[in-house]
Amino acid sequence: MKILRDRPLSTAMTDPFSLAPARVLEAEGAGRNTFALFQASRHPGPLFWILPQHEPLRPMARGLPAGIGERLHLIETRSETDLLWAIEETLRARPSGLVIGEPAKPLSLTAGRRLQLAAEAGQTTGLLLIREGQGCNAAETRWKCDPAAGPADSTRHQWSLNKNKSGTLGLWAVQWDGATTACHMVSEAGQ
Amino acid sequence: MARRLLAIWFPRLASDVSLRTRPVEGPFALTHRAGNADELRCLNAAAQAQGLHRGMPLADARALVPDLATRLADPVRETAALVALRRWVVRYAPQVATDGDDGLIADITGVAHLFGGEEDLRGDLQARLIRAGLNAQSAIAGSRGGAHALARHGGGIVPDGLLAERLGHLPVSALRISPEISEGLSRMGLSRIADLIPLPRAPLARRFGAGLVTTLDQMLGTMPEPVGAQPEAPQFGVRMTLPEPIGLTGDVMAGLDRLLERLCGKLASAHMGARRVRLELRRVDKATVTVEVGLARAMRDPERISALFRKGVEEVDSGYGIDALRIEAVVTEPLAPQQIGEAKVRQEDELNDLISRLGNRLGFDHVLRFLPAESRIPERSFLTVPAAYSEATSLPFRKRPRRPAMIFPPEPVTSASGHPPARFRWRRMSFTTLRAAGPERITPEWWLDDPAWRSGVRDYWRIETKEGPRLWLFHTPMAPAWAVQGTFL
Repeated sequence: MKILRDRPLSTAMTDPFSLAPARVLEAEGAGRNTFALFQASRHPGPLFWILPQHEPLRPMARGLPAGIGERLHLIETRSETDLLWAIEETLRARPSGLVIGEPAKPLSLTAGRRLQLAAEAGQTTGLLLIREGQGCNAAETRWKCDPAAGPADSTRHQWSLNKNKSGTLGLWAVQWDGATTACHMVSEAGQ
Repeated sequence: MARRLLAIWFPRLASDVSLRTRPVEGPFALTHRAGNADELRCLNAAAQAQGLHRGMPLADARALVPDLATRLADPVRETAALVALRRWVVRYAPQVATDGDDGLIADITGVAHLFGGEEDLRGDLQARLIRAGLNAQSAIAGSRGGAHALARHGGGIVPDGLLAERLGHLPVSALRISPEISEGLSRMGLSRIADLIPLPRAPLARRFGAGLVTTLDQMLGTMPEPVGAQPEAPQFGVRMTLPEPIGLTGDVMAGLDRLLERLCGKLASAHMGARRVRLELRRVDKATVTVEVGLARAMRDPERISALFRKGVEEVDSGYGIDALRIEAVVTEPLAPQQIGEAKVRQEDELNDLISRLGNRLGFDHVLRFLPAESRIPERSFLTVPAAYSEATSLPFRKRPRRPAMIFPPEPVTSASGHPPARFRWRRMSFTTLRAAGPERITPEWWLDDPAWRSGVRDYWRIETKEGPRLWLFHTPMAPAWAVQGTFL
């Protein structure tokens, strides 16, 4: 069995939303697509969004935050095997900035582990958008993302880190409307 | 220097080509459908000896020769065979052209001595064609028309200046004239070319057209006629035959690498890049296996192309072994020389390699990218196109009107109350409206008939719900109903 290299201690401890580099993580919940777009705006380089061919929910180029639409490659796959193969292949490729995958079925431990090794080999971060409760044990972190209601002219999100292999868990209420790559934390008092 | 022309005629080209790969004993014919009946198109010597001829209905031929073996004619393959022969004859002369659909004409002025004279040249040509299994007749003469006529009437060599004497005995049909004219001539008792030569030109031209006089002059060499060799289309194919059959993936890949090296050299000298490459592996049992790969960008880098072939080559059933390889760049595009080694170029190359790998497995239609488009209709406000056939274009970012980040085909909303709905159900979940912005009216594009827009104009609303999701709802006033089409960030 191949052992993943130890990650150097993250310097970005101050920013809870910077993803572990060269790892595969998971996001679930109704706001997982928003979380994926938020992460996409923070990763430079080509973006790959891999989804089954029959998936009706697609990114709409006109409504994406600035700078994402032209970097985004949409990859349609006919079967689950093709989907996993495409995720692995894009993770393994060096130029990829961020790989977003939408597996339809829960990943087996073997498949999840394989994706981790591919991410490590290609130094690429992968983000799997999963259904509720279909997480894989091999995932580095797991986020639960939901849109939240807020005051007028706000786009509130509730992002909680439910699983973290190397660090603490947390729950954040943030405000991100796609205009910048940074998000505003909503103060506790404001809620 | 006197002009010398070599004409080659393949009397049974179609059947020879067909029999070369799959030989048949005994009478054989190729058939094609003419109107409602099958006709013989080309036959071998054994069939001709039994009294069959071209254009004969197949039913009659079967009645005469019950054991006649037939196959369907393949005109595309015949043309390809003639083009291939034309390329081969370039070994004898620089200017070679096809002459009709079963002949070739080559200008051998001043090259015969390289083969030891015209006799030896013709002998060498005939011997090689016989060895290849092709029936051929060749003739060398001082004019194109003369060589053409002689090749179709026995072949031979006409020394310089003796055209009229040596070709006079040929029938008038040997001239390149229509059957009606040759029939008219023989009806007047002019059956041989020699009969035509002393006749006065003006009445002949008035009666049978100027074409007859022209072809006669061209045959006798008094009127020049160029060969008109077609420009050589660049061929990006290389082949390799092996003394012993191979079957291991590693061996095939090693052979492929050598071929790719040569192919990419050819491409580089023509400033072209391959877009689609086909590898043909010929097995010992004469079956051919092809592996084809597409490339996301035109390229001529042997190592990168070779990497794409690995998966296809691994899946090939090599049978009793592979004894010949051929690789061809099927689709090519102009590709100017490029500075190598630059980091940006390298990254782009790697991205293109990735798209090639994905495209070859998933299909190039399934690796997509977004391009801007001018339309108010949400689904058509951007284009989704194959990444391999488009350049990345920056999408103009507009803050207003607000558009959702994710879109899906409209899904109906149930139990909507109010306008905009204060409460509604969607995907079996209840939502309460917190805030609503709108309406934004979008009218269908009348010049495009889109079934999804048959319900007429739509009033779009951005609905913020108490439950969290910010949805893009629309109302169709002409067929009152509410539907959800997207979600905002």
